[in-house]
Amino acid sequence: MQEAKSKKIEPRTTKGDYIARARRLNLSDEQLVEFFSTMCTIRQFELMADKLYAMGKVHGTMHLSAGQEAVAVGTFRAVRVDDYVLNHHRGHGHFIAKGADINRMMAEFLGKDTGYCRGRGGSMHIADVEANNLGANGIVGGGIPQSVGVGLALQMKKLDQICVVLFGDGAANEGVFHESLNMAALWSLPVLFICENNKYGMSMDVEHATAKLPIAQRAEAYGMPWAYVDGNDVLEVYETMIEATRHVRSGRGPVLVEAVTYRYFGHSKSDRNLYRTKDEIEDWKKHRDPILRFKGHLLHAGIFDEAKAAEIDAEALNVIEKAVEFAEASPEPDLSTLTEFVYA
Amino acid sequence: MPEMTYLEAIRQALWDEMKRDERVFLIGEDIGRYGGAFGLTHGMLDEFGPERVRETPISEPTIVGAALGAALVGMRPVAEMMFMDFTLLTLDQLGNQAAKVRFMFGGKATAPMVIRMPGGSGTGAAAQHSQSLESLLMHIPGLKVVNPSTPYDAKGLMLSSIRDPNPVCFIEHKLLYKTKGEVPEGDYTVPIGVSEVKRQGRDLTIVANNVMVVRTLKVAEKLAGEGIEVEVIDPRTMRPMDTETIIESVCKTGRLLVIHEACQTGGWAGEVIAAITGSRAFDYLDAPARRLAGKDIPIPYNRALERAAVPQEEDIEREIRAIASGQY
Ligand SMILES: Cc1ncc(C[n+]2csc(CCOP(=O)(O)OP(=O)(O)O)c2C)c(N)n1
Ligand SMILES: [Mg+2]
Repeated sequence: MQEAKSKKIEPRTTKGDYIARARRLNLSDEQLVEFFSTMCTIRQFELMADKLYAMGKVHGTMHLSAGQEAVAVGTFRAVRVDDYVLNHHRGHGHFIAKGADINRMMAEFLGKDTGYCRGRGGSMHIADVEANNLGANGIVGGGIPQSVGVGLALQMKKLDQICVVLFGDGAANEGVFHESLNMAALWSLPVLFICENNKYGMSMDVEHATAKLPIAQRAEAYGMPWAYVDGNDVLEVYETMIEATRHVRSGRGPVLVEAVTYRYFGHSKSDRNLYRTKDEIEDWKKHRDPILRFKGHLLHAGIFDEAKAAEIDAEALNVIEKAVEFAEASPEPDLSTLTEFVYA
Repeated sequence: MPEMTYLEAIRQALWDEMKRDERVFLIGEDIGRYGGAFGLTHGMLDEFGPERVRETPISEPTIVGAALGAALVGMRPVAEMMFMDFTLLTLDQLGNQAAKVRFMFGGKATAPMVIRMPGGSGTGAAAQHSQSLESLLMHIPGLKVVNPSTPYDAKGLMLSSIRDPNPVCFIEHKLLYKTKGEVPEGDYTVPIGVSEVKRQGRDLTIVANNVMVVRTLKVAEKLAGEGIEVEVIDPRTMRPMDTETIIESVCKTGRLLVIHEACQTGGWAGEVIAAITGSRAFDYLDAPARRLAGKDIPIPYNRALERAAVPQEEDIEREIRAIASGQY
């Protein structure tokens, strides 16, 4: 009988001095401040997206990730820049953390020709194929089976990159999730599956959608290591992802990480938030906000002070405002190009 | 007669039929408290409870498969695809299973089920949330494909669809949800497989579906002022299609234009034109039969590109003028 490979990966150091933990992970002050500042940039992008929508400047829908910044930053600081990523619809934060050009993201959001997808894709389809960013997806679970193919190709080409695929708690109930986990585990593919559990799939509470929690434990059915982490603690996410990527990159097969987090805005523009209470949202904002929590740790350790933190956030806003200026000044796609890009 | 929107008319039909027939239930994603992505099932959870307004995890193939299973053993499920595009995830259960089960079993099984699917572009939802896939569905024997353009037809066709003993793809258009029209209270049906002449005219027959009916009627009114009289036919049911009404009309007008938002290649306009040119109407044609359809591209996000991807009123007007003046 084959030995069970499955085990739960735990962050090695859990409690204790937060910053000491960062030191053990060889993170410098500058790196920690950069974690903070990138989370601020993501938050400001999402707040601006919401504002632009309210001003009637956005044609179409969007899915904002405010509240989920720690998953994005913790993940993309642990993977390499040349690793591949397949994303889902709530992807702005992941792309910013991966190092996307904010101007081109904003331009895509406003449907401009200077956008990543020349205005064809919009918020839900931002991609930067040259940077190994294989795009957001409008189909829930749509990216998951593709990660198997990316992993397979990397294995066949004997490369040491990995494929990171992000999806929600809701997506884990699409059949392709199971097919993909099985196939990736069967062939020991270099895929890091990240389930971003923000408690809801649209209006559907994860408890009502999932026969058995945690979702990550499903990995056991496929003999795959898994982890279940506080997705609002950027250091915990980072630490888990470091360990998971080490496993995946070493050729020992895929890992499934579930990061528990919370989305602040409605699911999309059609959401009237009838399925959750204001108190619940406020509670997450007040007590578990990933940016405030991390800021608290940095303040406590004297890595920066309030004034510096405010300055960083102001700079993040500045970057976003500049991106809006860039996007608004950009040309619309030329109508004569309407039928381009369908075939190579 | 009370006025209501297309969306309300569909809700009314679901509501009335669930009151009338306890075998009818709804199954789909976010159809309870959220009311579906467009609010169509809003209020139905409170009225009928979670058993009959059955919210599922995000698992489209199993939504359709479960609807089929329930239908096979005597229920009358109405499944919802949040967007028509997601139907593509369910093609096995829909195309290999639901469509064929009666035939394969020698006529012994029936699958009375409805799959609601909001389609169409115009909302900035981009390539994976804006498709018009009726031609694809029409190609599968065993499926009926229904596609109303008015609130009146929407309610009447929904009632027919639920009562029909076959799998029915009920296509709604997002841009029609807020359009208003008179809808009788109480029970009435619009039969599946019967088209309707939405406007009489002597000069040109136009066959159009869903939102294109609305656009064409507007243009037709405008051109009537100039003495061009367009006859507008809404097939309402794409399969089975009532081509006899179209043949009659073409025999009268001698000209045919078919308009749909769905991509041109493989689109149902070709089917209509083949039916007409292969019928007695061929002898009456005074001009080539024409089609005006969506471009053969996925729907773009950018507003101007999205508009340009499918026929708009100005395109319809240009095409009618070209045909009327013999310049094609
Ligand atoms: C195949 C498919 N089904 C349904 C939808 C509609 N939809 C878009 S996002 C979403 C919820 C997804 O939930 P989850 O995977 O948890 O991601 P989250 O939105 O919470 O980030 C739904 C139902 C879709 N886009 N694609
Ligand atoms: Mg979710």
